[in-house]
Amino acid sequence: MIDPGYLLATVLVAGGITFALRAVPLLAVAPLRRSAAVRYLAEELPAGIMIVLVLYCLRDLDVTTLSPALPTLIALNVTIALQLWKHNALLSIFAGTAVNVVLLSTALPA
Amino acid sequence: MTTEPAPTPRRGARPRPDGRRARLGQLRLAFFDTAGAGGALFPLGLAFGLLVSQAGLDWWWATIFTAVVYAGSLEFILVGLVLVAAPLSTIALTSLVVNVRHVFYALSFPIQRVRPGLGKLYSAYAMTDEAYAITTGRPRENWTGTRIIGVQVLCQLYWVLGATVGALAGNRLDLHLPGLEFTLTALFVVLAIEAFRARRDMPTAIIALLAGLIGIALSPEHMLPIAMSLLTAGLLVRFWMRTRRAQPTPHADHLQEER
Repeated sequence: MIDPGYLLATVLVAGGITFALRAVPLLAVAPLRRSAAVRYLAEELPAGIMIVLVLYCLRDLDVTTLSPALPTLIALNVTIALQLWKHNALLSIFAGTAVNVVLLSTALPA
Repeated sequence: MTTEPAPTPRRGARPRPDGRRARLGQLRLAFFDTAGAGGALFPLGLAFGLLVSQAGLDWWWATIFTAVVYAGSLEFILVGLVLVAAPLSTIALTSLVVNVRHVFYALSFPIQRVRPGLGKLYSAYAMTDEAYAITTGRPRENWTGTRIIGVQVLCQLYWVLGATVGALAGNRLDLHLPGLEFTLTALFVVLAIEAFRARRDMPTAIIALLAGLIGIALSPEHMLPIAMSLLTAGLLVRFWMRTRRAQPTPHADHLQEER
């Protein structure tokens, strides 16, 4: 059982930092808008961050031994292919997850 | 909706634009605004709730997480972190690097339409990816403060409800679905594809890919802060190179003047 105090601290720390990141820049919008470097980062960072976060999720994936990594790799391909083909975020997310869950609980248990 | 008669206005008095009627109309618009991106939050919340129950937490932690933190992708990551009892410093750093993108939302989120006060505070607190995408995706719409807050409240409602229902169902049915955490990976894959499609900027994608791979190679545990720093540094270098190329050097300026 995870200590409730630790969980509460986690929620408050994460929530506080998230709120600060959203609220504090609103107080300085004008100077931020004037900076060309900030405008550039605002355009380029979101796509970059998402790619980094995908890799973060896959950080423990051991691609040197194929069989434990196989369900994730298959699910990844399902999600990517569906998103490129159908452009339906919810469909891509749940189809990929379903494939991963089914493979892990039946054919290819980790 | 009930058809209670509106309070009879004095003769000649115009209905104030911020009257109750107008506000209901704005909330109705907000409801339709959230039908797409917002509607996806309920099933995503279900998956998050299931994950919380699988982690062995009581169902109401799903409600507390989604109500207090209210940043979907970070919450999925948090569940993974508390399971390995990550120190609070790691949780703080992770929250910072995962959500630093919200700093840039301030540049275009139409929060100036929300009147100062508690509403504005809530609007800043609830400035999620979805709220940002819905409001800035259609800049020509008439985004009143009521409508913006309506969108944000509805999105949070779907998310908290989904998570609570998911966690309750997970606890009751004692569901265990191995590999459910792939929901988060898939979510980021979809967001990455859509963000890339919006700008089709290959160098940024390559810099991000390299930053991530270097981060994993150096330390899987601290991959996130390493990769985010490398990504930001790489982009700033690229920006600096581009501005240097775009601006003629003082010397060239001088030559042009002479001609």
